[in-house]
Amino acid sequence: MSSFKRDKKEEEDGGGNPFQNIEKTTVLQEARIFNENIINAKKCTHILTKILYLLNQGEQLGAKEATEVFFAMTKLFQSKDVILRRMVYLGIKELSSIADDVIIVTSSLTKDMTGKEDLYRAAAIRALCSITDVTMLQTIERYMKQAIVDKNPAVSSAALVSSLHMSKIASDVIKRWVNEAQEAVNSDNIMVQYHALGVLYHIRKSDRLAVTKLVAKLTRMSLKSHYAICMLIRIASKLLEEEETSNDSALFSFIESCLRHKSEMVIYEAAHAIVNSRRTTSRELGPAISVLQLFCGSPKPTLRFAAVRTLNQVAINHPAAVTACNLDLENLITDSNRSIATLAITTLLKTGAESSVDRLMKQIATFVSEISDEFKVVVVQAIRALALKFPRKHSVLMNFLSAMLRDEGGLEYKASIADTIITIIEDNADAKETGLAHLCEFIEDCEHTSLAVRILHLLGKEGPRTKQPSRYIRFIYNRVILENPTVRAAAVSAMAQFGALCPDLSENIQVLLARCQMDTDDEVRDRATYYSSILRQQDKSLYNNYILEPLQVSIPSLERCLKDYIQSKSDEAFNIKSVPVVAAPTEEEKQISNQKTEGMLISTGPPRPVVSREENYTEKLSAIPGIQQLGPLFKSSEIVELTESETEYVVCCIKHCFTRHLVLQFDCINTLNDQLLENVRIQLDPSEGYQIVKDIPCQKLPYNEMGTVYIILQFPDDLPNTVGTFGAVMKFVVKDCDPNTGLPDTDEGYDDEYMLEDLEVVLGDQIQRVTKMNWAASWDESANGFVEMEDTYSLSSMNTLEEAVKNIIQFLGLQPAERTDKVPEGKTTHTLLLAGLFRGGHDILVRSKLALADGVTMQLTVRSTDADIAELITSAVG
Amino acid sequence: MDSSLLQPTLYTVKGIVIMDNDGNRILAKYYDRNVFPTSKEQRAFEKNLFNKTHRANAEIIMLDGLTCVYRSNVDLFFYVMGSSHENELILMSVLNCLYDSISQILRKNVEKRSVLESLDIVMLAMDEICDGGIIIDADSSSVVSRVALRTDDIPLGEQTVAQVLQSAKDQLKWSLLK
Repeated sequence: MSSFKRDKKEEEDGGGNPFQNIEKTTVLQEARIFNENIINAKKCTHILTKILYLLNQGEQLGAKEATEVFFAMTKLFQSKDVILRRMVYLGIKELSSIADDVIIVTSSLTKDMTGKEDLYRAAAIRALCSITDVTMLQTIERYMKQAIVDKNPAVSSAALVSSLHMSKIASDVIKRWVNEAQEAVNSDNIMVQYHALGVLYHIRKSDRLAVTKLVAKLTRMSLKSHYAICMLIRIASKLLEEEETSNDSALFSFIESCLRHKSEMVIYEAAHAIVNSRRTTSRELGPAISVLQLFCGSPKPTLRFAAVRTLNQVAINHPAAVTACNLDLENLITDSNRSIATLAITTLLKTGAESSVDRLMKQIATFVSEISDEFKVVVVQAIRALALKFPRKHSVLMNFLSAMLRDEGGLEYKASIADTIITIIEDNADAKETGLAHLCEFIEDCEHTSLAVRILHLLGKEGPRTKQPSRYIRFIYNRVILENPTVRAAAVSAMAQFGALCPDLSENIQVLLARCQMDTDDEVRDRATYYSSILRQQDKSLYNNYILEPLQVSIPSLERCLKDYIQSKSDEAFNIKSVPVVAAPTEEEKQISNQKTEGMLISTGPPRPVVSREENYTEKLSAIPGIQQLGPLFKSSEIVELTESETEYVVCCIKHCFTRHLVLQFDCINTLNDQLLENVRIQLDPSEGYQIVKDIPCQKLPYNEMGTVYIILQFPDDLPNTVGTFGAVMKFVVKDCDPNTGLPDTDEGYDDEYMLEDLEVVLGDQIQRVTKMNWAASWDESANGFVEMEDTYSLSSMNTLEEAVKNIIQFLGLQPAERTDKVPEGKTTHTLLLAGLFRGGHDILVRSKLALADGVTMQLTVRSTDADIAELITSAVG
Repeated sequence: MDSSLLQPTLYTVKGIVIMDNDGNRILAKYYDRNVFPTSKEQRAFEKNLFNKTHRANAEIIMLDGLTCVYRSNVDLFFYVMGSSHENELILMSVLNCLYDSISQILRKNVEKRSVLESLDIVMLAMDEICDGGIIIDADSSSVVSRVALRTDDIPLGEQTVAQVLQSAKDQLKWSLLK
């Protein structure tokens, strides 16, 4: 009975899967019938299908098994059955990378490829090319050339596509087929035309002039293949992009003319190219936008998706241009394809004016409950951007976000909302109180530990500085009573922050902490005891160092240093100052991490650990002899280019700063393919006081490979001398060589040199940015013990406060604290607070008071543990 | 912005997948070594893709850095993947070609059982549509003509009554399920 039931079920499933229960070993057994004298085509085809199916399901064959099957398969060439033969080709292609000695079938395939049966020829070419290596290519070259210009389109296409595949292993051979490819472009068959264009472009892509000629010729002859036109548009837009002079009108008008093509594919490609070009002006954008607008109303989801995705991209740079489509976009909000709807919403949010925010939020509210979490995250991100754009609308947006926070949702969704609220709070002081209130309410009922911990941390950071800090204590202490140990520990830390910053609450906090010392969890008890004893000391500087400021070192470096310390078995205590401090992320880095395509769903994987730039370089540098003794790397500068980008030799420099030494890393690239450089050195003319300790030349610099020269310098003892300009000349031995092989023609070379631009060592190279959570406390504390210098400057070249702030930060290489890098609108005075660490571990605090009146006047107060450093900073400005 | 400018290359398709209505792979081909290099990653992606697409009949989705266009019929799902900046309409043309070719090969019986019965021909068709990521042909009739069809493609007049009935039944079923 039960078996009958199962049969019936299988019947309903469509007879079950005949391939469901096959096993590798059985099939390999069955494959032996390939060796029989008389071949049963039908049976063999079936077995071959099974093998291919297994491979397709991800089954792995060992080299021996694969070779066995491969050789058995070669026997099947005796059969005349068309399908079987074609399956053999497929099998050859699949196994070519696993089995050994695959070239054995070369002659059989060559015979098929040149034979009469058209059904064999094209497929045989493709199979043949998958087993061919560089050495064998010579023997089939003649046939390939013939095949490219064959009158059968399938054969020609197959040959072209295969040559493109093979250009990865033997690009010079393929380059010789350029004439045949040229002929194939003129073919009547659309696919041949497309493939020939692809091959031609691939051969010539490094030769700009040839590409320009190719495009000029093809734009005139109006290609038939839509794919080929799309390809041509891409080539043309790439040319336009690389062009240094003004817009080449011929190329642009070609792309624009494609907007009037009859195929949607081509129209979209052209619109996409225009929209994504850096040089497109808003006027030129017009026709492309109206085409996309038309697509928004298409019945095909793909077309609507393509249009709205492209409009979304336009909205980033030219929001005004997209406003014409707002009506169409609003219609798309209710689209059944949620990707389209979400993209439409985010586009609208980008283009929307301040006045339309309320209306849009209402529309989103009706729609947001229907979409999945991933799309909600996208919407939340768009709201974040909107909040940053229109700070005055924060109450509407905040209400909306808190409503979303109350809804059901996964961790990722909730985390993105919390993130957004946190960003808004950080950006907009007016929104702080409401935002914190929403978050307090949220942690009352939050099931995600990681999120609760983050919010508690934020409350500890921001709460004490609000008007009424005491109201947050209740929320935080509630967590101590109700939550799991991790959250309890975080709550204890948050409370300690209140105790340290609000003297009138300190006593109450002590009482609460005393209660926490009875906790069942070790970590919670430890923290409570730790904080309570520090708070009892009533010492401001202890508060600062051990409660308010988090650890400044980079965690991976700390781990590495501790490991080294344990291995060295030294008697000395571990010195935390020897660990490199972590650099505060610069604005650019933050932006990069935020960049991602909108509307894209990403399945979550483990996040990559963030490794600082210094950490990366440390590994590279520690391999260089002589650098390890210099101690830990303090800071690496940005890359400085010492040559123009399109010269014979390209050289860039990175300045690595150590406690007492400066290491210059010169990355050199030789762009001449007929030269081999040897013994490449950089002759440096350092400014006064610098001593060259060692230079490490690059022995060999072949064409297009990066070689590195290092120079180790010792900093001058006199601090003011550390800022200076170095002259640099690259010296090397040139050997002429064969461009194809890269081998030198003769053993003898001649000396040559190449002037590089001057290298400047600036103040910022020696300073690491440090984030101070509580700048004011550090400043107060530094009143005694630090050296203070003060000076007044007039920065006549600056016209706005923003500009001045940006330049000061960049020049000094210090990290702005307490968000003073943002100048409130309409103010004529501003105070910029900066913090950093000079090499050798000297703290620097800078307060710069700016006033705007006919240029900017600045009063700069520098405090540092070292008098020379303070003097250096005041003297460097101006 | 710059990265979204399309590189002129023929390597357009990153992958083609056919799944059944339980999300099991029937055939799958990935053409870019950098996209899901291991079988495990491929399976994980397919599972994710299927979960996101089997209910919503929406034709296009962006997932894990790929643009995926898809189409389903009875108990089959067809997917074509390209890079996230790829021209969606080109991918769609490949998908349509794949679907139409298979539909012609199986004489409109686009369902799991028929695909498995003619798996060899379907494999050949996939190979004719895309080779290593390059679109070889996007015209279904030319693809079908290139994958040697079995000779039992007899005109209507020479079929037996049973055969005609069977094909009529199939047609009816197909039109109902559509």
